[in-house]
Amino acid sequence: MAFTTMVGARIRRREDPRLITGRATYVDDVKQVGTVYAAFVRSPYGHAKLLKVDISAAKAHPAVLAAYTGDDLHHAQGLKTSLPVAHKMADLKTPPHYMLAIDEVRVVGEAVAVVIADTAYAAKDAAELVEVEYEQLPVVVDPLKAMEGPPYVHSSLGTNVAFRMPFAAGDTEAAFAAADEIIKQRIVNQRVAPVSIEPRSMVANWDAGMQQLTLYSSTQIPHLLRTQLAVVLGMSENHIRAIAPEVGGGFGGKLNVYAEEFVISWIATQLERPVKYIETRSESFQAMIHGRDQIDDLEIACKRDGTITGLKLRIVGNLGAYHQLLTPVIPTLTLLMAPGCYRIANIQAEVVGVFTNTMSTDAYRGAGRPEATFFIERAMDLVAQRLGLDPVEVRRKNFIPNTAFPHTTSTGLTYDSGDYETTMDKALNIVDYAGLRKRQAELRKEGRYLGIGLSTYVEVCGMGPSAAMPAAGWDSATIRVEPTGSITVLTGVSPHGQGQETTFAQIVADELGVPIDSINVIHGDTDKVQYGVGTFGSRGTAVGGAALKLAIETIQAKAIKIAAHAWEANPDDVEYRDGKIGVKGDPSRSMTTAEAGFMAFMGDNLPPGLEPGMDATRRFEPPNFVFPFGTHVCVVEVDAQTGQVEFVKYLAVDDCGRLLNPMIVEGQVHGGIAQGLSQAMFEEVVYNDDGQLLTGTLMDYAIPHAEQVPHYDLDHTVTPTTVNPLGIKGIGEAGTIGSTPAVANAVMDALAPFGVVHIDMPLKPEKLWLAMHAKTGNGRAR
Amino acid sequence: MQIDLTVNGKRASLDAEPRLLLVHALRDVIGLTGTHVGCDTSSCGACTVLLDGVSVKSCTVFAVQASGHEVTTIEGIGTADELHPMQEAFWSAHGLQCGYCTTGMIVSAVDLLKRNPDPTDEQIRAGLEGNLCRCTGYENIVKSVRAGAKAMREHAPLHSVRDLMPIHPPAEAPPPSGEGIIIPALEKALT
Amino acid sequence: MIPAAFDYVRASSVDDAIRLLGEHGDDAKLLAGGHSLIPMMKLRLAAPATLIDITGIPQLDAIRVEGNRVTIGALTKHAALAASDALKKSAPALWDAANQLGDPQVRNRGTIGGASAHGDPSADYPAVLLALDATFTLIGKGGERKLPAGEFFRGMFDTALGAGEVLTAISFDAAPKSAYVKYHHPASHYAVVGSAVALTLNDGSIGAARVAITGVGDAAFRAGRVESALAGVRAGDDDAVAAACAGAASGQDARSDTFASGAYRAAMADVFTARAVAQAAGR
Repeated sequence: MAFTTMVGARIRRREDPRLITGRATYVDDVKQVGTVYAAFVRSPYGHAKLLKVDISAAKAHPAVLAAYTGDDLHHAQGLKTSLPVAHKMADLKTPPHYMLAIDEVRVVGEAVAVVIADTAYAAKDAAELVEVEYEQLPVVVDPLKAMEGPPYVHSSLGTNVAFRMPFAAGDTEAAFAAADEIIKQRIVNQRVAPVSIEPRSMVANWDAGMQQLTLYSSTQIPHLLRTQLAVVLGMSENHIRAIAPEVGGGFGGKLNVYAEEFVISWIATQLERPVKYIETRSESFQAMIHGRDQIDDLEIACKRDGTITGLKLRIVGNLGAYHQLLTPVIPTLTLLMAPGCYRIANIQAEVVGVFTNTMSTDAYRGAGRPEATFFIERAMDLVAQRLGLDPVEVRRKNFIPNTAFPHTTSTGLTYDSGDYETTMDKALNIVDYAGLRKRQAELRKEGRYLGIGLSTYVEVCGMGPSAAMPAAGWDSATIRVEPTGSITVLTGVSPHGQGQETTFAQIVADELGVPIDSINVIHGDTDKVQYGVGTFGSRGTAVGGAALKLAIETIQAKAIKIAAHAWEANPDDVEYRDGKIGVKGDPSRSMTTAEAGFMAFMGDNLPPGLEPGMDATRRFEPPNFVFPFGTHVCVVEVDAQTGQVEFVKYLAVDDCGRLLNPMIVEGQVHGGIAQGLSQAMFEEVVYNDDGQLLTGTLMDYAIPHAEQVPHYDLDHTVTPTTVNPLGIKGIGEAGTIGSTPAVANAVMDALAPFGVVHIDMPLKPEKLWLAMHAKTGNGRAR
Repeated sequence: MQIDLTVNGKRASLDAEPRLLLVHALRDVIGLTGTHVGCDTSSCGACTVLLDGVSVKSCTVFAVQASGHEVTTIEGIGTADELHPMQEAFWSAHGLQCGYCTTGMIVSAVDLLKRNPDPTDEQIRAGLEGNLCRCTGYENIVKSVRAGAKAMREHAPLHSVRDLMPIHPPAEAPPPSGEGIIIPALEKALT
Repeated sequence: MIPAAFDYVRASSVDDAIRLLGEHGDDAKLLAGGHSLIPMMKLRLAAPATLIDITGIPQLDAIRVEGNRVTIGALTKHAALAASDALKKSAPALWDAANQLGDPQVRNRGTIGGASAHGDPSADYPAVLLALDATFTLIGKGGERKLPAGEFFRGMFDTALGAGEVLTAISFDAAPKSAYVKYHHPASHYAVVGSAVALTLNDGSIGAARVAITGVGDAAFRAGRVESALAGVRAGDDDAVAAACAGAASGQDARSDTFASGAYRAAMADVFTARAVAQAAGR
C-alpha cells in the first residue's frame, strides 16, 4: 500500500478519553429505573444430591420479589433449561447442564436457586435464607483417577470419559524403533483462572410493549449470546438485543454463555423489571470458566544430533463437571499444535476429555495452544539436556525452514508463513546469548544460579475458517459514509481492550482518505451492528479487520463509479490514489470519499442503475488460520536459600506480520507475557480431594502485581501473510503462549546443576528450593 | 443513617444503612460510576479513591465512616476539559487496555506522587502494589506514571481531550486529505 | 461483598467506647481502620451486631519518642509509622513492618491497634512487637492494665484484649539495631514468614538478641533458642549467624497452605531470621 499516514503509526487510542476520566459505561454502570437484583445460592459441595431447596423463607423477606429453584425453571413454559455446547465432535458425551441444578450438584459453586430483591444488599441477605439440604456424594477431582472408573460425575453416563480422540501420522513405531534416545516426560499444565478485573456482569430488561428482551452483558460475543438466548428462551431472535458495553477484560472467560445470563433474562420476562446480576470475585473463581488443566504424557524419539523423529502423546483434558460453550474443543486444539514450529512427521496421540467435580475448563487466553507450545518447547530443552546439546541448536536442527512455507504439518494444519530462525537469531543477538551463557558459568562457580530459557513458539489464531470452527468463523464489517462526510464503521467483533476503535479507524482513514476523528467505530450492540462472531482467538483484526478491508473496497468501487460519472470518464480510468479518487495519469481531477458519498446521498447525479447511498456490509471468510510466531528469552536467577526467582531479563521478538499500530501491538504482547509468566510462576486453581476450592479469592489466588513482573524488552520481525488482505496475524494470545515455556525453561536451566529435569508449574519457590536441597541439603550444586 | 460527604468538592447527602460501603454510595447513590469493584477481599484496588487526600479502597470503608470527610473520585481527578497530567500520561503511553482497573490505578498513581514526586521505576511498581491489572503486564503503566510524574514536576500545561484531538498522524506524513471538503459540499447542497 | 446489617455508633472517648462495649455486649466490635474487620464482614465470616467507631477518639494516633521510650497510639495508621523518621531511627524493625504491610491504600487506612488486636497469625506487627518486647495498654471498666506482647498475642485470631476493653497504646524501648524481614505471600501481601530481630552489639559481636517470627505458627512467637545461640556471635560472620538461626521455628506446629508447606515455612524462618540479624546488625 503506497499511501499510509495512520496505519503503522503509534497513535493514542480513541477509546481512552472515556476510560481515563471514569466516564465509560460498563455493565454495572447501566442504571435503569426499577432495577431489581439477583443473588444466586450456590452449592458448598463438590458433589451432592439435592434433597430439598426451600425458598419460602427467602420469598417471605420483605424486599424479595421472587425466588426460583431449578425445578421452577425446569417446568417453565418454553424454557430449555440445559445449556448449549458448541462442537463438531462425534460421540461426545453431553450430559444435561441445567441453568439451576436439579436433583444433583456436581461442582462447588453450582447455582441451586436465585433470589430477586429490591436491592443487591437485600438479595444477598435473602439468599442466605434459602434452605438447602444436601446429601454428599463421592467426589473426584483428579482426571487420571476419574478416567479409571467410579465415582462418576454423571452417574447416568457410567463413565467420566467424555470423549477419546485417537490420532496418528507417519510411522511413529518405526521412528521410535530407530531412535538413539527416547525421552519420556509427564508435563502438567495446571488449572488457572481468567480473572478479568471486571467480573461477569449482566442486566436484563423486558419491554413488554415491544416484546423485546435487552441483555447488557460483559461478553466477548454479543451476537452468539443473542442466538443462544433465542434458542434457550424459545424466543424470536429478532426480539432480543444483546449489548456488550464497555467490557473490563475477558481473556476467554467471557467467550461463553453462562447459566446466569439465561436465568436473569428469563426472570426479566417474568417480572417485567430490569434484573441485574454482578458476580463477586469469590463467585467468579467458582463459576467463571477455568483454563488449561491438562496432563500431557510425552515420549520423544530423537537422534543423537538432536533431530526429533517421533512423538507419542497422550493429552488428558480435565473438562470439569459440565461442558460450557467450547469445553471439549480446547484439548483438541492442543493436539493440532503439538509439532510447534518443528518438522515432526511421526506423531501418535490420543486426546481424552474427562469429567471431574470441578468448574468447566474452556477457552482461556490461548485456549489449548499454550499447552502444546509448553510441552513442545519443554521437549526441546529436555532433548538438549539429555544429549548435552545447546537448546538453541536443537531448535535450529528441527525448525521448519523458511523456504518450506506454506507448510502442512503432520497434524494437518497449513502454516501460512514463517521464518523461525531469523526471529530466533535476532533475539539471541539482542540478549547476547553467548555472553549470557558465559556469565551463567561464572555465577555458578560462585554458587549463584542463573537460568536462560528460550521459547520459539508458533501459534494458530485468527479463528478461523468456518469449516474448522465449532460455530461460524467469519466476521463482518459495515461502512457508512454519512451525508456530511463522517464515516460510521460497524464491526462484528467485540473489542474489550484490544483497541480496534483505533486501529480500524486508522485503516479507514488511510484507505478512504478521511480525518480519523470523523470516523466512529461502533461494536457490541446487536441492534446496531450486523451479525458478527466476536472477539476471541486473536481474530478481531485478522478476521474483523479483513472484513473491514473488503467493505472499504466496496465503498471505493462505488465512489469510483460516481466520480467517473461526474467526470464523464471511463470508470476503468478512475482509481483511489493516496486516499482520493482521481483519474489515472491526470492529477488535475480529484474527489474525496466524502464528496462521492454526498453525491450518493443527493442521488441526483448518479450513473444509471446505481443505487443511491453509500454504505457497504462485507463478510470475510478466512481461507486459513494465521500463524504468528516468535522467540522469547527469559533470564532468571534462583535464590538457593529460598527458591525464590528473580527476573533478570525478558525479551520477546514477535512476528505478527504487518503492525497497524505498534503501540497497541506492544501492549498486547506485554499483557500476554505477564499472563503467561504468571502461569509459570504463580497461578494455580486448587481443589482439594473433597472438591473444595482452596483458591477462591484474590487473597489465595495470585495474579501478579507490578512488583512481581519484570520490565519487558520487545522487538519484532515482519513476515506478512496472504491469508487476509491486511497481511496481519493476531497478536492477542501470542505473548501468553510464548512466555510460559520461556520462563519454565529458564528456571529449569538454572536448576540444571542440581540434576533437575522437569518441575511442574506453578514454579513456586518451595518446589525449587526442595529440588535444590534434595541431593545436597545445602542448596549448593557441588 | 444520615451521611454527609463532600465528593469532588460538592456536597452529597444520603440516608443509608451503616453497612453501605463507600464504593456503593459513590456508584449507586451519588452516581459516580468511574470507581469500580473488582474483588471482595480489598485486593484489586479498582475502587481506589482519595479520602481526605489519601488513597483508600472504597470497598473497605463504610460510607458512614466517610461522613464529614472529603472524597475525590476519578471524576474529580480530571475531566475531559481539563485532564489531570496522570490521565493524559496513561492515554499517551497506552497505560490501559480494558480500562477497568485504570481509574483506580490513576488515583493510586496520583497518591503515590504526593509522597514521592520523582519515583524510580521500582518505587512506581511498589507504589502500585495495591492495584491489580490483568491487561497491560504493567509495562506501560509504569511508563505512564513516570511520564505523569515528569509532567507534574514540570508543571506542564493541562490539556483537554479536545486539545489532544484530532489525533494527528506522524509529522513526516502528509496530512489526511478530505479536510475542509465536507462543509463546502454541504454548502453547495443548501444553496 | 456485602456485609450483614449492623448498628453503628461512634465513641467520643475511650471511656465512651468502654461504656458502649458494655452496653452492646459480646456482639459489638470496635471499628478503627477496619482493614482486618471489614474484609471479613464482606465475606460474612464476621457479622457483629454493632460497630463502635473509635476513629473519632482524639489523641490516640500519636508517635511519641521520650528518651529511650517509644509510645504509639493505637489509632496510628500504618502510613504514619511508615513515614516516621523518629521511628526509623528508634525502632527500624517496626518501620520496616509498617512499610511492607499490605499495600499503600491499606497503610493509609489501617491502624497498628486494629492490626494487632486482630491476632492474625500471618500479620507483620506481632513479630516486631514481640521482638521489641512491647507493652500493650488496655483500658476496661476496671481501669488500665499493661501486658507484655508475649502475653497479648495468644493464638490464632486470639489476643488478651478483653471483650470490654480498648487497646489504647503500644510502647517499647528504642531498639535502633532492629529489623524486620518479610517473605511476602504473592497474593495476600501477608507474611509467609516474617522475622523480627532486635539486637545489642558489643564491638561487632551480638550481645542480647530478641527474635520473633510470624507467619509460621498459630501466632507469632519468640525464638528463644535462636536468641541464646546468637549471643556472642560475630554479626558479620554469616555462617555463624546462619548456624545460630537454625531451627528458628523448632517446637512450632508450622502451618501449611496452598502456597507453602509447614516444613518450607520452618526452613524459611531460619533464612529470614539470619537475614534480619544481618540487617539489624548493619544499622
